[in-house]
Amino acid sequence: MGTFLTRHLQNALAALGQLSRQPVATLLTVGVIGIALALPASLQLLVQGGQRFAGGWSGIRDFSVYLKPGTDLAVARNLARALASHPNVQDTRLIEADAALAEFGRDPAFGEALKALKSNPLPHTLVVRPDAEAAPADLDALKAELAAKPEVDLVQLDTQWLLRLAAILDLVRRGIWIAAVVLVAAVIFIVGNTIRLDIQNRRQEIEVSKLLGATDAFVRRPFLYIGFWYGMLGGAVALLLLASVLLLLRGPLERLLQLYSVDFTGFGLSPGTALLVLGAGLVSGWAGAWLAVGRHLSAIEPQV
Amino acid sequence: MIRLDKVTKLYRGGREALREVSLDIGPGEMIFLTGHSGAGKSTILKLLALVERPTHGQLLVDGRNIGRLPAREIPAYRRQIGMVFQDHKLLDGRSAFDNVALPLVIAGLTRREIEKRVRAALDQVGLLDKERQAPRTLSAGEQQRVGIARAVVARPRLLIADEPTGNLDAELSLEIMQLFRRFNDVGVTMVIATHDLVLAGRVGGRHVLLNHGQVQDGGAAPATPAQCSTGQA
Repeated sequence: MGTFLTRHLQNALAALGQLSRQPVATLLTVGVIGIALALPASLQLLVQGGQRFAGGWSGIRDFSVYLKPGTDLAVARNLARALASHPNVQDTRLIEADAALAEFGRDPAFGEALKALKSNPLPHTLVVRPDAEAAPADLDALKAELAAKPEVDLVQLDTQWLLRLAAILDLVRRGIWIAAVVLVAAVIFIVGNTIRLDIQNRRQEIEVSKLLGATDAFVRRPFLYIGFWYGMLGGAVALLLLASVLLLLRGPLERLLQLYSVDFTGFGLSPGTALLVLGAGLVSGWAGAWLAVGRHLSAIEPQV
Repeated sequence: MIRLDKVTKLYRGGREALREVSLDIGPGEMIFLTGHSGAGKSTILKLLALVERPTHGQLLVDGRNIGRLPAREIPAYRRQIGMVFQDHKLLDGRSAFDNVALPLVIAGLTRREIEKRVRAALDQVGLLDKERQAPRTLSAGEQQRVGIARAVVARPRLLIADEPTGNLDAELSLEIMQLFRRFNDVGVTMVIATHDLVLAGRVGGRHVLLNHGQVQDGGAAPATPAQCSTGQA
């Protein structure tokens, strides 16, 4: 058992030594593998960020209640007061039509256009914040109740776009899985092809070894270890790439999430994701080597 | 030790390399397979190395019919025999030492044991001082001696050599043959294919003359006085 392990360790180190003797070729292969592995992982990070963003907002489920144009301000105020004591409502806030217009007017993009208007086209708007404990069914009931009021024109759930975002993220996440599978397959082919060339270059060595009584396992082992190292180093490169991407994005992303008061702590490369990337590299490197070795090694029989 | 019993070898395409060849080789014998090119010398060696399989007939080594040996047992069989090639088949990316060490690495010996045995083998062929050199920096004769060291380093009981002096001049050839004689003297059975009858005549041993895939002379079990010259009588 001891010699068995020693021999495997020797093989592993010898394979690493062989790779280091052709640094440019190794770097290129490892780089391509790294990029292929980093791509789905970085998309995954993006989705993770998006989810955090959507998740941070899911607690805020404000309704915008637009009153019919021309509704009296006093009526609007009464409604706001009445709604505030509704069991499913935590808080209401009235945005008066004039205040809203004034706010728009401060925006230079709208200012000139608004001056052309003879009257204020904006309705009074109530922002209704439902109780934090309210269930989705309560929210639907509340929405229906609000919409049924005679002075109400339109009830809009502001968080609807967040639900859409979540749905999009779900879709993207599935897309990432597909991309990951395709790219891992690509890594398998890259490693397989590289090792195929390696087998061709070492044909004489393989033939001589077989003549001297080397078993298939003996001949196979160095190539499997080369595949192992390709995958391992490729995975490491992928992690390095991900870390640099995160470093570059961290500042702006942090600012963005703070603007929306979303908790940023814990965002980044989780140990699980890191292990997954390394594992995917390892397995695909090894698999590529197996593929090449199975296809091409048995074809080499010594000729005397 | 080796017995060919009516061995026929047909190559793909129908060429008949051996036709019902019967040949007995006793342990410790030194056999020269001679004859014109294409007579079947190399084919017999290929059969012994299990690079080729007999089409008909039996090939017994130590009583086992290796003609029917399962593929997975071929490596273990090959580890028991030493092989010397005309083009020596040394690996250029490795030192003389590493070339000679290869059979022992394959056999899974410890590093210590490997170093000891490789040095002993290189010493036997007189190349101990060149163990760090790459094969292509050595002369043709030296390269072949490295090949011989590799063939004997695992202490095989049988050594086969296919035209081992084909690329060497007369003097170097004799040197190689004398080296073979020394291994034969310590009990290694030798089967050497050569077209150089003069050289083979100077070394002694039993000569088996092949002609068009058949044994023309010398196929019988050793009983002639010539056997005495091998020191095996």
